[in-house]
Amino acid sequence: MIRYIHALTLFWSTAIGAEMEYRTNFIIATLTSLLGLVGAIFTLSLFYQEDYAFAGWSWQEAMLVLGFYTVLEGVSASFLAPNLSRIVNHVRDGTLDFVLLKPIDSQFWLSLRNCSPWGLSSMVVGVAMIIYGGTQRQPDPLPLYAYLQGIIPAMLGIVVLYSIWFVLGATTIWFVKIYNATEALRAVLEAGRFPIQGYVGVWRSVLTFVIPVAFMTTVPAEAMLGRATWSWMVAAALLAVGLFTASRLFWRFALRYYTSASS
Amino acid sequence: MASIEVRELSKTYRVARKEPGLLGTLRHFFRRSYSDIQAVKGISFTIEPGEVVGFLGPNGAGKTTALKMLTGLIHPSSGTVRVAGYTPFDRSAAFLQQITLVMGQKQQLIWDLPALDSMRINAAVYRIDRSEFQARLEELSSMLGVADHLRQPVRKLSLGERMKVELMAALLHRPSILFLDEPTLGLDVNAQSAVREFLRQYNARYNATILLTSHYMADITALCRRVLVIHHGKLMYDGKLDHLVERFAPYREVTLELNQGVSEEVLSQYGEIESVEGCEVRLIVRRENLTPTVVRLLRDLDVQDLTVAEPPIEPIIGRLFEQGIES
Repeated sequence: MIRYIHALTLFWSTAIGAEMEYRTNFIIATLTSLLGLVGAIFTLSLFYQEDYAFAGWSWQEAMLVLGFYTVLEGVSASFLAPNLSRIVNHVRDGTLDFVLLKPIDSQFWLSLRNCSPWGLSSMVVGVAMIIYGGTQRQPDPLPLYAYLQGIIPAMLGIVVLYSIWFVLGATTIWFVKIYNATEALRAVLEAGRFPIQGYVGVWRSVLTFVIPVAFMTTVPAEAMLGRATWSWMVAAALLAVGLFTASRLFWRFALRYYTSASS
Repeated sequence: MASIEVRELSKTYRVARKEPGLLGTLRHFFRRSYSDIQAVKGISFTIEPGEVVGFLGPNGAGKTTALKMLTGLIHPSSGTVRVAGYTPFDRSAAFLQQITLVMGQKQQLIWDLPALDSMRINAAVYRIDRSEFQARLEELSSMLGVADHLRQPVRKLSLGERMKVELMAALLHRPSILFLDEPTLGLDVNAQSAVREFLRQYNARYNATILLTSHYMADITALCRRVLVIHHGKLMYDGKLDHLVERFAPYREVTLELNQGVSEEVLSQYGEIESVEGCEVRLIVRRENLTPTVVRLLRDLDVQDLTVAEPPIEPIIGRLFEQGIES
C-alpha cells in the first residue's frame, strides 16, 4: 500500500513536470483553460435570462446537476483522459511490455500514471456551481450535511465512469484503433448535463441502465436534495463496485490475448 | 537450480490475411480469413546462473517471440517455461523483481524529463530505499559513464547516451536474469563496445544470467561462449560458439604470398580459390586436409609467406541462415 502511495506521488509530480517542460505550451494551456471558464459562466448567464424550469427541477436544482457534470468533466480531463486514452499508444508502440514487467499492478499504472492540471478549472467551477445552486435554492438553502450526502454518490459516479472507460480502453488489445469508441462515450456523457427526468421514456431507461449516466450526475444531485431513496443509493454503490470489479476481471482476460506489437 | 528452463515451448499466432486492393479490403472487412503462423516450434534448453548466452537467428526466426514468453509477456501455446523457478506468465512480483527486459527499439524513459525522474519512479515501484537508490545510481552511472547525462531531458540525449541510460533504468533493481533484445541497435562502434564492456562487468559482478539477441556478431563473440541458433521457429543449435564455427564452417583460410604468379588451374588443386591478387592468394581448405595441403604447398610452390586463419564468423552465420542448418 505504501509503495502504491509513494509511486502515485512520483507519478503525478513527474506528470506535472512533463507538462511544464514546455513553458509556452504551459502558458497557452493555462489561458485556454481560463477562457473555457469564462465561456461556461457566459452560458450560465444565458440560462438566467429565461425563467427556466425543467421536469420538476427548479433552475437552482438543475444547476446542481450541471455542477456535478462540470466536476466530472474536470476529473476526466485531469485524471481519466490523460491515462485511459494512452492505452492505445501503449499497445500500438509495444510499450505496454514495460508496464507489464513492473512488479506493480498494471491496471493501477495504466489508470493513474499521468495527470494533467487542465481539468482543475472545471473542477473549481463545478464545485462553485454546486455551492451556488445549494445556497440559492428556494424556498430554503440546503443545509451543510446535504453537501456531504452528495459527495458519496458523486465518487461512485466517478468510479462508474472510470470503469466503463477503462473497459473500452482495454478492448484496444483486440482492436488497436478505438479512438472512436471513447469519443462516442464522451458524446453520450454530454447527456449528463441535464436531469435525467428531462429525457423521454426510452432514453431515460437507456441513460440509466445501459450507459449509467444518471448515476454520475442526477443521482448525486438528488442525494443532495434529499430526494434519492435508499434503493437508488444502494443501486449506485452496487453498480460502482460491480463495474469496477468487472473492469479488473476484463483486464485480466484481455491480457491473455495480448500478443504485443510486432518488434 | 537452473536460471532458465524451457521444455517443448511453442507459440502459434493467428494472423488475418488480406488481399491487396480495394476489393481485397472490402472482402477483408466483411469476411476475414485467418491463417496460423507457428512462430516457435517446440524448443527446449536450459541456462545455468551466470551464463551469457547468445540467441541467434535471422529476422522473423522467433527470437523475440521466445523472449516474450520467457519474460511472461505472452502466453505460450504449449510447453513449459521456468525462469528463476517461476512460471513467467503469472508475472508474480517476486519474479518481476528478478528479471529485466531491454529492447533496443523501444524505450521506457519519459521523453521530456531527465532520466533521473524515470529512475525515481522505478525505485518506488521496485521498493528500493533512498540510500540504496543513491548507491546504485552512483555505481551504475560510473560503470556506464553517464553521470553527466542523468539531469538532462531524455530527448536531448544522443542515441548512445540514451541506450546507456535505458540500461541503467532497466538494471536499477539489480535483476539476476537479463533479457536483452538488440541492446546495441543503431549504436556506433564505440558505444557498442562500451555497452558490451558494461554487460561483461555486470555479469561478472553479480553472476547475472544474460540471454542476448543481436544482429552484430561482434556483440555475440565478445560476450557469449554459448549460443542458441533458432531458424523458422526451431532450435537448430545449442552449444559453444567455437563448435558452431567448427561444425558449420570446418574450413581454414590459407593466405599465400608467392614469389611468382601461378595459374588458377594449378592453385585449384590445393583448395577452393577465394581470391587471387597478383602474387597474393587466398585459399579455402577443409580443416582435415589442412596439414597435408600446407606441406604440399610449401613443397610445390615458391612460397614467401604463409598464414592460416579461421574464416570470419559473420559470413558463416549469414550462410547458415540462408541455407538453414541440416544437422
